[in-house]
Amino acid sequence: MAIEVRIPTILRTYTGGQKSVEGSGATLEELFADLDGRYEGLRERLIDESGVRRFVNVYLNDEDVRFLGGLSAPVSDGDTVTVLPAVAGGAR
Amino acid sequence: MLTISAELRAKILAHARADHPDEACGVIAGPAGSDRPERFIPMLNAERSPTFYRFDSLEQLRVWREMDDRDEEPVVIYHSHTATEAYPSRTDISYASEPGAHYVLVSTRDPDLDEFRSFRILDGQVTEEDVTVEPE
Repeated sequence: MAIEVRIPTILRTYTGGQKSVEGSGATLEELFADLDGRYEGLRERLIDESGVRRFVNVYLNDEDVRFLGGLSAPVSDGDTVTVLPAVAGGAR
Repeated sequence: MLTISAELRAKILAHARADHPDEACGVIAGPAGSDRPERFIPMLNAERSPTFYRFDSLEQLRVWREMDDRDEEPVVIYHSHTATEAYPSRTDISYASEPGAHYVLVSTRDPDLDEFRSFRILDGQVTEEDVTVEPE
């Protein structure tokens, strides 16, 4: 089973510079746990005690996983998961 | 050093003025590795706030994929402050996540004065840089 996970520039230090890695799992949570086994520290940048980190965008194919159940979103062979840090900020 | 055309600088300032009193935000894409801002991409501020901005998540996916397809990267990420100086705030610094980008800040606090400054933000450190404006 292979799910492609696209890694943003700022997190490629955890994947040895690779912009795309592969993993497996039935849910996003399992997929991230699988990746953490091979790319130590990556998972901690993506999730915290409440789920996917608030300023990290995770997409399953063309959808934001916030609308698919977050970490419990089911994933399947052939899916593409894309991670993009949110672009945000402000005066304060 | 940020090198940018007068036209693109004017577009950023015009976007900021148009969205005032909300913060405006956007990207200028350029060929990967070139450090040349070329393609102006104003973005929706999903927060629609005078003190905070955030790219809409699906719009960001579309724009990032498009840059990838075109072998581009975000050379400039810009946003405006509407009542404070054009300098990165604590939130700007903590959320800066494109290490190669020039972070352009403009301020619309004064209706008659344009404030346009550029910064690098790496590992929580802010460094202001010179801006060279190229005439047409």
